Amino acid sequence: MKSPGSDLKKKSLWIFLGIAMLAAIILATFVSPWASSSPDGLEKVAEEKQFLEKAEETEPSWKHSPIPDYGGEVGTRAATGLSGFIGVLLTAAVMVGLGFLVFSIGKRKRANSDISKN
Amino acid sequence: MHIPDGFLDAKTWGTAWGASAGFTGYALYAAKKKLSEKTIPLIGITAAFIFAAQMLNFPVAGGTSGHFLGAILAMTLAGAWPGFLIMVVVLAVQCLFFADGGLTALGANIFNMAVVGGILCYFLMSVAKKVLSKRLGERGAVLVAVPVFSWLSVFLASIACSFELAISGTIPLNVVLPAMVGVHSIIGIGEALIATIVVSVVIQTRPDLVDFYEGSRKIMESSVGEVSS
Repeated sequence: MKSPGSDLKKKSLWIFLGIAMLAAIILATFVSPWASSSPDGLEKVAEEKQFLEKAEETEPSWKHSPIPDYGGEVGTRAATGLSGFIGVLLTAAVMVGLGFLVFSIGKRKRANSDISKN
Repeated sequence: MHIPDGFLDAKTWGTAWGASAGFTGYALYAAKKKLSEKTIPLIGITAAFIFAAQMLNFPVAGGTSGHFLGAILAMTLAGAWPGFLIMVVVLAVQCLFFADGGLTALGANIFNMAVVGGILCYFLMSVAKKVLSKRLGERGAVLVAVPVFSWLSVFLASIACSFELAISGTIPLNVVLPAMVGVHSIIGIGEALIATIVVSVVIQTRPDLVDFYEGSRKIMESSVGEVSS
């Protein structure tokens, strides 16, 4: 009989995560420049039902985006690919940073409550 | 379906901001239990993957494109509340760095894509898994539930978005709802395909990294037992 443990392929966690990260980088950098540039569902509906101008007439509430529209202002595939590359690394960094922040606050709180119990 | 500035009025985007801030606060508290040195890199890479996948617009009918949303995928891999935080980070990075979705509308975008299309659908998916597990086993139930609720998450998010546009007085509900639901019913098929492919690959290679697949924890425990005996 096969034990459930033998189903587990004992691949290193880091190799798996490395491959996954590489896949994300490749998709964002080398595949995204060839993605469809047609308007997305909401934008298309806004166009057809004639309320897209409401967004076009509105000043953006946040004007400090360093790479608006994923390099769409530059308009080249290289610009899209580069902004995808930056975005993937940035998203991972922000998420890991937030994760460790929440994790370490949680750990400190647990440590403090252990001290107060004693 | 990232809402830009100008589509929502102040009462609507303000309310959505409040609701999303509340959910995010709770998620920070609730995700703590799942965060560890092992899960934090996984969560970071899942966020990066969803950011990448959201850039890949695929064509749907009539000069329209759709892209991956990823809330159900994030929650399936990382658990409900860490998955919620993944979506908040992805949407915030898109808004602040790439001007994708307005800052006033960020609360509504989080509400649509991470609360309605995320937490709500994840809850329904958990109930469905319990029922399906009796017939299909847990692994089968996961692989049936993921496509169904991935599709539903896009579908329900587009309904929530339509209501917000209508409440804001931007467009009457009877005009916007059929149009939004129609196109997102098709986009949802892409969503279901991508989520199912990713979950299938991870469940084959590293089932312990699929939080929604509880059977994987038993595999881990038994393999730990084998090593120590």
